[in-house]
Amino acid sequence: MSSSASGAVASARAPLVPRSRAPSRAADERARRARRLGLRAIALGYLALLLVAPVAMIFYRTFAHGLAPVWHAVSAANAQHAFWLSLEVVAIAVPLNTVFGIGIALLLERGRFRGRALLGMLIDLPFAISPVVVGLALVLVYGKTGWFGNWLAANGIAVIFSVPGMVLATAVVSLPFVARETIPVLHELGTDSEQAAATLGASRWQTFMRITLPGIRWGVVYGVVLTTARALGEFGAVSIVSGRIEGQTQTLPLYVQDRFENFDITGAYAAAVVLALLALATLLAMNLLTRHTRPGEAVT
Amino acid sequence: MAIEVHNVSKSFGTFTALDDVCIRVADGALTALLGPSGSGKSTLLRIIAGLESPDTGVVTIGGNDVTGVPARSRGVGFVFQHYAPFKHMTVAGNIGFGLSVRRRPRAEIQARVKELLALVRLEGLAGRYPSQLSGGQLQRMALARALAVQPEVLLLDEPFGALDAQVRSELREWLRRLHDEIHVTTIFVTHDQEEAMELARQIVVMNEGRIEQAGTPRELYESPRNEFVMTFIGPVNRLGDALMRPHDIQILAEAGPDTTEALVHRIVHLGFEVRVELTLPDGRQIWAQQTRESAQELELAEGQILAVRLPELREFAA
Amino acid sequence: MRRLSAGAWRARGGSALGRGLLGIYLSALVLLPVSAVLAKSTTGGASAFWREISNPEAVAAIKLTLVVSAIVVVTNAVFGTLIAWVLVRDEFPGKRIVNALIDLPFALPTIVAGVVLLALYGKGSPMGINVAFTRASIALALLFVTLPFVVRSVQPVLHELDVSMEEAAASLGAGPATILRRIVLPSLTPAIISGVALSFARAVGEFGSLVLITGNLPFKTEVGSVYVFGQIESDNLPGAAAVSIVLLLAALAVLAALSVLSRWRSGHVV
Repeated sequence: MSSSASGAVASARAPLVPRSRAPSRAADERARRARRLGLRAIALGYLALLLVAPVAMIFYRTFAHGLAPVWHAVSAANAQHAFWLSLEVVAIAVPLNTVFGIGIALLLERGRFRGRALLGMLIDLPFAISPVVVGLALVLVYGKTGWFGNWLAANGIAVIFSVPGMVLATAVVSLPFVARETIPVLHELGTDSEQAAATLGASRWQTFMRITLPGIRWGVVYGVVLTTARALGEFGAVSIVSGRIEGQTQTLPLYVQDRFENFDITGAYAAAVVLALLALATLLAMNLLTRHTRPGEAVT
Repeated sequence: MAIEVHNVSKSFGTFTALDDVCIRVADGALTALLGPSGSGKSTLLRIIAGLESPDTGVVTIGGNDVTGVPARSRGVGFVFQHYAPFKHMTVAGNIGFGLSVRRRPRAEIQARVKELLALVRLEGLAGRYPSQLSGGQLQRMALARALAVQPEVLLLDEPFGALDAQVRSELREWLRRLHDEIHVTTIFVTHDQEEAMELARQIVVMNEGRIEQAGTPRELYESPRNEFVMTFIGPVNRLGDALMRPHDIQILAEAGPDTTEALVHRIVHLGFEVRVELTLPDGRQIWAQQTRESAQELELAEGQILAVRLPELREFAA
Repeated sequence: MRRLSAGAWRARGGSALGRGLLGIYLSALVLLPVSAVLAKSTTGGASAFWREISNPEAVAAIKLTLVVSAIVVVTNAVFGTLIAWVLVRDEFPGKRIVNALIDLPFALPTIVAGVVLLALYGKGSPMGINVAFTRASIALALLFVTLPFVVRSVQPVLHELDVSMEEAAASLGAGPATILRRIVLPSLTPAIISGVALSFARAVGEFGSLVLITGNLPFKTEVGSVYVFGQIESDNLPGAAAVSIVLLLAALAVLAALSVLSRWRSGHVV
């Protein structure tokens, strides 16, 4: 419809602005309101059925018989062990991914070298790979029959079916978060202030510690929160590399599965609720941090 | 410290930013690098600072070859175009940064920061953050930060580019006085010829990666070496291949032997200056600059036919 | 010129030692493991690879994965866009909390997601619905874990979308349906597609939320990742690797299509 349409064309049609609009403005307003309420009801209904009700339900079922059975369930020796093992794995994998994530972000954002795009794809790969495949891949490299299997066995290093393998699996699946959250912040920060620090006599390390790192801190922290949440909840990859030995290589998510499959519903629910509470804490942290980093914008 | 740049060239991919550039800046001088955007002036400044390395050529500061010396060891103060404030530090933190990375005692840093705050007239703002400062205040903070480490050379990249006209002229004046006080060898980059002429004792005019001419403001204005310099420094009329300054065109009440007729087709009053747009008998158009008084004396009016005396025309080899 | 200069500054970033360590870390975590899967899947040559992935159980699992994932991402496209719309354009009490809750599936461990869904939609459901061990349960679990993708990719775009464009259309006599179809949806399409692609990649590989709820019945509710898991447990590593490669390629193909599409878009729309 070109705007240069001649008057003849225009008059041959119905009036361009419907004359009936003006008198029915009130009806129009009502229709709009109804539409909006309808959409809101559908959206919130969907979320309630898919998200809120199931999560509320598990809290209800867990605490339906009071705190005592829950307390009993979470203080079971295996539950305690699983909880502390989960924390141990997270405590190793998250710092590793934080340091290397910042390094990757610096390299991708500040470096100019061949294969930069390839590196970007490589670090995103864990998002596209099934956790099960991650587990398999690690077994194929570090397992008994894997590429490094003989060498590791000869040197007495246990990876698969022990904590190092679980740390490795957790680190792989949560690898991209810190880098992905830091890159845009690093880009935003620019290089001017780093150059200014250099002209003022700061060494590279001083520039990084005193200018770059403070400048990107909220992006890094945000990435760390996401990494921690992912690491704490990792199931598939850890399930394969850990061997799921009760009281030895069982993390909290594995413990949930174990209890569930052994018809210890109270035990499964109690551990699930602990993990759900940690997830809610993560959400809270994310929301508090979003205000620091990019107001109004959400994560993906 | 004198600065010398010998035969410096620099390319970014296929773009030649600097092409065999040589300049010499005397110890304690205040020099402008003047040119349009893309002329290579900022690149030259960054090469002197060590933020960029030349493809070929040599840079010396105080007679020492510093070509391979990293920025942090050159003893150069650099003020960035957008000031590059350290946003997470206070004004005092910004100014003290250079001393703090040199691990000077805290008392010394505090004393020096106080001194500099006074010098740049930011007393009382020591505890503020950069986000709480105006453009002019940020500019002065950036300057104090660069001066805190007592650099031998001060380099400023478009120091007034991001400021509004009022603040700009105030800061210009202030910077010149500051230079008189501290006498540090200073080079600043600008694309504004008025700013260069007002502030600098020496101007280096650059275009397309080359030095067109270097000299005092007066030399450049009165004897430009080529057309580019003449058109870049001050207004010009163009008659064919010839150029003339508008204020060199005389408007006379009576015709003489070496005058031509001209038709006044528009008069623009700009306060003290009056711009008279003229059409010559052959149809070509020029404009002449008159003072308010002389315009009044001549009783200029649009549509009037006058006698004008054209100056000696300048022609430059193409 | 500024850009070029900044580039030159960048070239100095990062020491050789740092780069070396990074290289080792990424090799140990990603490069070698992925190569190992690729190598394992082809140890017996192309025919062995083909035999593994044409095993009827594997075919059923892969097919089921792709079909359910496709259904799930289409549902996500519709409901995700709708939720994003309500969160951006509507105002109601508690909106901030609802907005925060959208990320819950990202924060919640996948195994917990399975337990949570079973608590409401499993045996003894207070709603009288029991999807456990059915194909519907796969869809339900996948809808749960992929919910945030479309919402979070559409939301910012919708936020930036100029309302005056819609008002202009309305002033020209366009009805709500026309405005939606001709003005709003075309602007949102790239974001929806991006969210859909990410959902798809996630759905194809999903494991944790499915193990409890689907029952893992071969030919009925066994998806690709669960099949791979089973093959690992029964020590058929080449079979596990071959199906892994198929799943990975499906996810990568969709993500590659997304990046081509976004490049095409940035070339056409300013």
